[in-house]
Amino acid sequence: MTASRVRQTLASVASVPLTLFGLILVTFLIGRAMPIDPVIAIAGDHAPPDVIARVRTELGLDKPLPVQFAIYMGQLLHGNLGNSVMTSHPVTEDIARFFPATLELATVAIIIAILIGVPLGVVAAWRQGSRFDHVVRVVSLAGQSVPVFVLGLVCLLVFYAKLGIAPGTGQIDVAYEGMVPPITGMLVLDAALEGDWDSFWNAGSHLVLPSLVLAYFSMAYITRMTRAFMIESLAGEYIVTARAKGLSATRILWRHAFGNIAVRLVTVLALAYAGLLEGAVITETVFSWPGIGLYLTGSLLNADMNAVLGATLVIGLVYLVLNLLADLAYRLLDPRVR
Amino acid sequence: MLTRRVLLAGSAGVLSAPAILRPALAATPKNAVVMVKQIDDIISFDPAESYEFSNNEMDANCYRRLVRPDPNKSGELSGDLAEKWTVSDDGLTFTFKLRDDAHFETGKPVTAEDVAFSFQRVVLLNKTPGFILTQFGFTKDNVQDMIRALDDHTVQIKIGQVRATSFVLYCLSANVGSVVEKATVMSHATNGDLGNGWLKTHTAGAGAYKLTSWQASDSMIADANPHSGMKVGVRRIVVKHVAEPATQLLMLQKGDADIARDLTADQLKSLMTNKDYSIASAGQATSMYIAMNQAIPELAKPEVHQAIKWAIDYEAIAKNITPGTWSVDQYFLPKGLPGALTDVPFKKDVAKAKELLAKAGLPNGFSITMDYISAAPASDIAQAVQADLAAIGIKVSLQPGEQKQVITKTRARQHQLAMLVWGSDYFDPNSNAQAFCENPDDSDSSKLKILAWRSHFQNAELTAMSQAAAKELDSKKRIAMYEEMQRKFREEAPFAMLLQKNATAVSRKDVKGFVVGALPDYTKYDAITKG
Repeated sequence: MTASRVRQTLASVASVPLTLFGLILVTFLIGRAMPIDPVIAIAGDHAPPDVIARVRTELGLDKPLPVQFAIYMGQLLHGNLGNSVMTSHPVTEDIARFFPATLELATVAIIIAILIGVPLGVVAAWRQGSRFDHVVRVVSLAGQSVPVFVLGLVCLLVFYAKLGIAPGTGQIDVAYEGMVPPITGMLVLDAALEGDWDSFWNAGSHLVLPSLVLAYFSMAYITRMTRAFMIESLAGEYIVTARAKGLSATRILWRHAFGNIAVRLVTVLALAYAGLLEGAVITETVFSWPGIGLYLTGSLLNADMNAVLGATLVIGLVYLVLNLLADLAYRLLDPRVR
Repeated sequence: MLTRRVLLAGSAGVLSAPAILRPALAATPKNAVVMVKQIDDIISFDPAESYEFSNNEMDANCYRRLVRPDPNKSGELSGDLAEKWTVSDDGLTFTFKLRDDAHFETGKPVTAEDVAFSFQRVVLLNKTPGFILTQFGFTKDNVQDMIRALDDHTVQIKIGQVRATSFVLYCLSANVGSVVEKATVMSHATNGDLGNGWLKTHTAGAGAYKLTSWQASDSMIADANPHSGMKVGVRRIVVKHVAEPATQLLMLQKGDADIARDLTADQLKSLMTNKDYSIASAGQATSMYIAMNQAIPELAKPEVHQAIKWAIDYEAIAKNITPGTWSVDQYFLPKGLPGALTDVPFKKDVAKAKELLAKAGLPNGFSITMDYISAAPASDIAQAVQADLAAIGIKVSLQPGEQKQVITKTRARQHQLAMLVWGSDYFDPNSNAQAFCENPDDSDSSKLKILAWRSHFQNAELTAMSQAAAKELDSKKRIAMYEEMQRKFREEAPFAMLLQKNATAVSRKDVKGFVVGALPDYTKYDAITKG
């Protein structure tokens, strides 16, 4: 690794805390600028003026904005994200409970999306203009156009209500509720680690429908991007050269054309994964999936600012880490920057 | 090589994954009832702090109070923990004799000391619902003397000023009057919080159930309290958070839920004739109304209040938008509350409304904004009101917002028209009379900033009438005062009362006995049976 590459990599890593600080500052300011009084969210609409005034003081909202921010940052540096009003728990505990549920859902979804989306995009580009290509384009366009809540409800109606081949909402059936002690927080994985195979199958079956819905949305994006990259790549002069050399179609397609888009595709996949981890808010709502998206939305609507800031921080961190990984992968994969 | 066949086979494999995996259980457990409901409003289960619908409902099943509204006699109270009670002739001293068969979750008996501690604690903590007790003159300094245990089975409560007996008793029947076990609560107290931190997520009551687990925005589970001595139909109640009514309906139909609580009017309609389900409903002490801010010159004219009230097609809204879920109610006391009136004085009369506008000097109408909470069914109702008012020349610009956003705006008195929902704090008419009628000080430093204040509505007569009714010891006379107050309010107040909420619960046919209360505090699980 050259000195310049080391410097670039270190610069990328060093930008993470700065970006996070900016994220917290902006979220903090937006939270304070929101037309919702956080005190009302806690004390309620019926609270008398003396209770409102006391809660405002307890929350430190009577202090100037810079002081409030300094206090929050001070706590944050000590690893204290404060308590959530909605759950009465420390925000760190909440995130540790809600985030793994999203991580589990998003990871399964992105694996499905990649396994289907990338080959579809590659073949569609290879057979550009064919009936297969048209079908792929329509399917991927639909994936990006159909509202997720419609797709989720239709899937529930068909696979759960009508056909009865998929379970309903939630992470697990009521009969299994609370039977798996949390280890990683990811229920399917925890059930497997515990050797509780009944819970494993049950939780696994609950995971299928929401992850497929989420995967379809992501797959559509991945397919479209893969197809576009591949079309561009297949038009390259090196492909003409490869054909002239008499290389097999598979070799041209996967080694020469796909190999050249792999770098850009890594960024697309990382962003798609980050998008899913950000909290598939609507999917989580439709499927009553207790993930970070549901937590963040509920917190936002309740002006539960500690929770909003904590969840935003985690999501921001996920984005940054995935971006950083994509950046590092880019440096490793692209021979031009080697 | 990747062929189309391989691709199709792969895709089909993934898409058929649900069939490969084992199907979920088809029904809920026999000894448990699964209820699907929106429960993301919960903040705390501590009765001294709990003030939302879902936690108040759970508390109602985990705690007992001295008295409760009599389920068999409308408008009357019966003893719960109190076997009997007496009130001194001056109406200031209440003495309660406790029954001796009530026990907490820990198996210990409920004592007068627990009762006194519970009420003292509410005053000392002074959280949001604290005013329900402090309005009787209790303060941090005097509460130890004014509420005390005379012996193990006798509690004495002295109030600071004369208040109607039923007013006091109804307040004690609210969730804030729940009795907690002193020893358990104090064993979890930290930093002088009187156990508030622990009670936020636990219960320590003598009710038929005890809270076993609560996962925010996910579920709450209550198991039968074996020491309560109360009979329960099912051992476990699981309340699952399901935000989408459509999902609630699917779960009910598939047998994954036994009771659905938030179905929409259309969904209810589709189930009404289906013998596989039964629908329980109860009028709630919750009203939907339009507030007219008196700081807006056009809205300050009495004729404009009346014009708006005569322009709205109440019946069409209830029939077409909210059948089964909200019904027409044009007074500030919803039906069911003592003193409620049941007639319907206003109906859509465009000619009369236009005439009133002309009398107000606004024959061509005017433009105005209306804030409302952008959730079903309020959006549809707001549009209907907009169309009705347009017919008389009032051009309404709709301003949808999130619940807390709209509340923040109206509390800051920044609205023009606002379509809002108000739920009574307790079952006595004073709750709504005070909210809608009393505004003795319209300044920003007022100590009473409820609905009349928020719309700059000051009516000295209504304020005095409400204050007088709160003190009236003669029950019949008191009810008559509220009736008179409502008629005056109907004519003079800048509030168009629209609808009363009707809470519904749809049960599968094997589940019976669920009772929906007029307040969440009165909704009970113990009579639910299954199978």
